Amino acid sequence: MWRKNNKNETSVPVSISKEHQEYLKSIKREKSFIRIMQIFIFVIFIVLWEWAAKNNHVDRFLTSMPSAIFNLILKFVEDGSLFKHLYVSTTETIAGFFAGTIVGLLVAILLWWFEKLAKITDPYIVILNSLPKTALAPIIILWAGMGFSGIVVTAASISVVVTIMTLYTGFINVESDKIVLLKTMGANKYQILMKVIIPANIPSIMSVIRVNIGLSWIGVIVGEFLVSKAGIGYLILYGSQTFKLDLVMMGVFVLGLIAAIMYFLAAWLEKRVIKY
Amino acid sequence: MEYICELKNISKRFHTIHNETKALDDLSMNVKKGEIVSIVGPSGSGKSTVLNLIAGLEKPSEGEVIVNTNNIGFMFQKDQLYEWRNIFKNCLLGLEVKNMDNDENRKKVTEMLEKYGLYNFRNHYPSQLSGGMRQRAALVRTLAVEPDLLLLDEPFSALDYQTRLSVGNEVGQILRREKITTILVTHDIPEAVSISDRVIVFTERPAKVKKIYEINFNECQGERTPMKCRNTLEFGEYFRQIWRDLDVEEE
Repeated sequence: MWRKNNKNETSVPVSISKEHQEYLKSIKREKSFIRIMQIFIFVIFIVLWEWAAKNNHVDRFLTSMPSAIFNLILKFVEDGSLFKHLYVSTTETIAGFFAGTIVGLLVAILLWWFEKLAKITDPYIVILNSLPKTALAPIIILWAGMGFSGIVVTAASISVVVTIMTLYTGFINVESDKIVLLKTMGANKYQILMKVIIPANIPSIMSVIRVNIGLSWIGVIVGEFLVSKAGIGYLILYGSQTFKLDLVMMGVFVLGLIAAIMYFLAAWLEKRVIKY
Repeated sequence: MEYICELKNISKRFHTIHNETKALDDLSMNVKKGEIVSIVGPSGSGKSTVLNLIAGLEKPSEGEVIVNTNNIGFMFQKDQLYEWRNIFKNCLLGLEVKNMDNDENRKKVTEMLEKYGLYNFRNHYPSQLSGGMRQRAALVRTLAVEPDLLLLDEPFSALDYQTRLSVGNEVGQILRREKITTILVTHDIPEAVSISDRVIVFTERPAKVKKIYEINFNECQGERTPMKCRNTLEFGEYFRQIWRDLDVEEE
């Protein structure tokens, strides 16, 4: 009865033409070339660094060298202190991330629900957003505590305002007919929130999550610079103050590694959640 | 005859900071149960405003809107399927809102999807469907709550010409067969004539009812379908008359 439509037939053709085979191969080739180059750059960088440091082309005191950093990592792994510092920083980051993201989401919902409130608070949010939050870190730490809680609040404060702004903008930009549709069905405001506003903004929530992981790390490192007895930020600061550049480099390296892992976790989650 | 909806001397003004615009002026019309009524008029003449008033999305500045049901289905120019829901879940939307999402109604929706050739696509997402299929899915979503009154706001105008004719033809048949009271807003005269029992012609803004045509196709044999209607002599006559009504204003 209805016109059949071919748009959805994703079936693989029985026989693939030679041209198509070539095409698929060329795509594969390009992909592996890019990956090889990416690894190549890393290896060259490490080798050059090691070579330059060993032959005194650069000041080893300032740059350290890959083998020394590697040995230091081994040492820290053996006595277990690396995991202790990692554990401290990671828990702070995760706590700060959840606090900033969830509070941001809730405030964005509140502003959407009460439009007048959003209009009234708008200039304050804009100013808060343009203020470098790290400037507030010393105050926040004094208020919230010279330790875990202060660092977590610092981390959360960095992501919370931009979360509010991003999500609120997403909320009010949902296509109005999508909302009208629900209204004609007799939906109340809560249903509009749950059935269209939030689901329509899952992609922006996901990108907020990805950004906030990075922001939370900034907050945690700044917090640990200011007050802490453990953590990656503590290691970096301690290393630089005692001129142990191996330690500083190790801290940065481990930090990069763990941040990358969390980023990929978020990207993976995003893929799982957004199927359409 | 029982009226499902009556508009009595409606006026509607829209306000902006700079000015106010009168969209409707002392407009009266009514729709009987089971009737398919089309509204045609120059663009910007307030046709969609009438639907919004009936749906309760806006209040009239003056006059009275009487709607004898609170179960209204609304279809837009764009299908407004939610891209994060698959087709089946999209069709359940109205039922969810009305807390009628139960096994019995799910079965009904499944049957409708079968009937309208969408069953195999029930687990697909809207982005995977063609425009015509999407608009059909939107119709299933709208009819799933068994509305007493269906409001269609240029529902086919975003489709390409061929799809538009075929979907229009199918939807027209469904409405007639299921005896669904319908108000169709369109700027497409042939569409209005072929689908409806009555065509109401609006004037330019501020809109009033200019003329009402009772559409009868005596030439049509058997079941009346929009496509059959298009092939009659009467069709051409209606078209010419309505065209003239709309054209006069152009001078």
